[in-house]
Amino acid sequence: MQKALKKYFALFALPGLICFAIAFFIPMIMGIVLSFCEFTDVTNATWVGLENYKYVFLNGEFTTALWFTVKFTVVSVISINLIAFILALLLTKEVPGTNVYRTIFFMPNLIGGIVLGWIWQLILNGFLLQYEATLVSDPRYGFWGLVILMNWQNVGYMMIIYIAGIINIPKELNEAAQIDGANRKDTLFNITIPSIMPSITICSFLTLTNGFKLFDQNLALTNGGPGKTTEMLALNIFNTFYGRVGFEGVGQAKAVVFTIIVAVIALTQLHFTKRKEVEA
Amino acid sequence: MSIAGKKKSTTYILIVLLVILSIAFLAPIVVVFYNSFKFKFFINDQPFALPLGTDMFAGLTNYNTGINKIHFFKAFGYSLFITVFSVLAISIVTSMLAWYITRVKTKFTSIVFSLLMFSMIVPFQMVMFTMSKTANLLHLDNPIGIIVLYAGFGCGLGTFLFSGFIKSIPIALEEAAMIDGATPVVTFFQVVLPMLKPTAITVSILNTMWVWNDYLLPYLTIGNDYKTIPVAIQYLRGGYGAVDMGAMMAMLVLAMIPIIIFYLFGQKYIISGVVSGAVKG
Repeated sequence: MQKALKKYFALFALPGLICFAIAFFIPMIMGIVLSFCEFTDVTNATWVGLENYKYVFLNGEFTTALWFTVKFTVVSVISINLIAFILALLLTKEVPGTNVYRTIFFMPNLIGGIVLGWIWQLILNGFLLQYEATLVSDPRYGFWGLVILMNWQNVGYMMIIYIAGIINIPKELNEAAQIDGANRKDTLFNITIPSIMPSITICSFLTLTNGFKLFDQNLALTNGGPGKTTEMLALNIFNTFYGRVGFEGVGQAKAVVFTIIVAVIALTQLHFTKRKEVEA
Repeated sequence: MSIAGKKKSTTYILIVLLVILSIAFLAPIVVVFYNSFKFKFFINDQPFALPLGTDMFAGLTNYNTGINKIHFFKAFGYSLFITVFSVLAISIVTSMLAWYITRVKTKFTSIVFSLLMFSMIVPFQMVMFTMSKTANLLHLDNPIGIIVLYAGFGCGLGTFLFSGFIKSIPIALEEAAMIDGATPVVTFFQVVLPMLKPTAITVSILNTMWVWNDYLLPYLTIGNDYKTIPVAIQYLRGGYGAVDMGAMMAMLVLAMIPIIIFYLFGQKYIISGVVSGAVKG
């Protein structure tokens, strides 16, 4: 069968591969090469070696954005997963109308980042009005604004994944624990949490990478303001590319560093939590 | 108190808690909704006040200004066209590619598979500049060309989900069809494709949510001439001047209506699609 199918390479594999090459593979190779060049367009590049990378690390902008991104991601990963897990525990209890709540909590996840950013700009500026402040009058407001927005968007999504995990825990496990006299706390920490480690892996992976790559929400909520204090990595790279002419090489070098950081985080995280998964 | 009574009262507390949370989750959308009927001055000044009284209630003024300013219905048309055809293209292209990669085991196909997986982690900023220049060069900077770009970016997730499913179906079925004289084309469309339906629904839902809401890719490639809904909304911010929050609120409402309709009709599929997409990813 393999032989017969191989003859149909052009029909089955080629369309996808061409699209993938145009959209991703060729641009990525070009991007890596161009990160060592100075250019304003892809046709006028001159080799500058490591100059762009030197600029990235010596000019503090990138590290400021990195630090802001790390802080934001840590806080939002923890809060999203904690709230989502608690909601999942509540909704797997015998309450009438769990489906309605599930539907409501999940809905914000379908709304796009730009729309979300503007919704929360209205709400948060409305609250800050009492203190005669706005989202961009203090970087702390922008930071917590982004955290609240991210929670609102992602809690429902993660909750659904946790619910799927909790439902799949064999009933016998809980019954056996009850017979052995386990209290609620014991059941939670010795049965529920170890059994849903796969869900925890997925949810922490998704929230971690989504948090790190966040762009639309950042653009629409604060646009990095005040100044560049709430600019996350993705937005910083975008502004480096399109903010001023002549810094395209620096932007591309930042993008390469960004990619390496995201890849390393994603792979270590997967490796680390996969080891903790129990075989259920 | 009896055990049954205690259980009942905790259920009540739980319900009250969940109702409060539901209200908190829906409140931002409700506030945006009623603000869209207020004159813009009152949106900035009294954002939580209901649009009561003739000086505050603006009727459909904001909707009129917004629709004219960003050509909302045109944007809606572009978004719909691009989403529908990109999702179709991704589903067709990746199901075929996944079948080929899973059934033909060579060094080449395993390298391609690893590259596709890698592309899912890479942030868009890595390729955005070079990709938009490439798209320009190849004249893909129009609503039809952008479908090729989406098919390319969608390759990773689609191929991953489809190949995960194909691995679980017995190869014997396909071999039997081929022994009976069916060509790979017939085998794929009559034997494999019908079985892929549940995965195809998952792939379509995940990609619909992505393409419909995507901002940066359409902004960079076709944003000047063809504005999709997210691009058009962000365009309201304009250059340096203040944002017309009235028009903004109205456009946010219009942008959310199709999503909410989509959600209410396809809720069952959307939630299960998102879960199975995540669990396999």
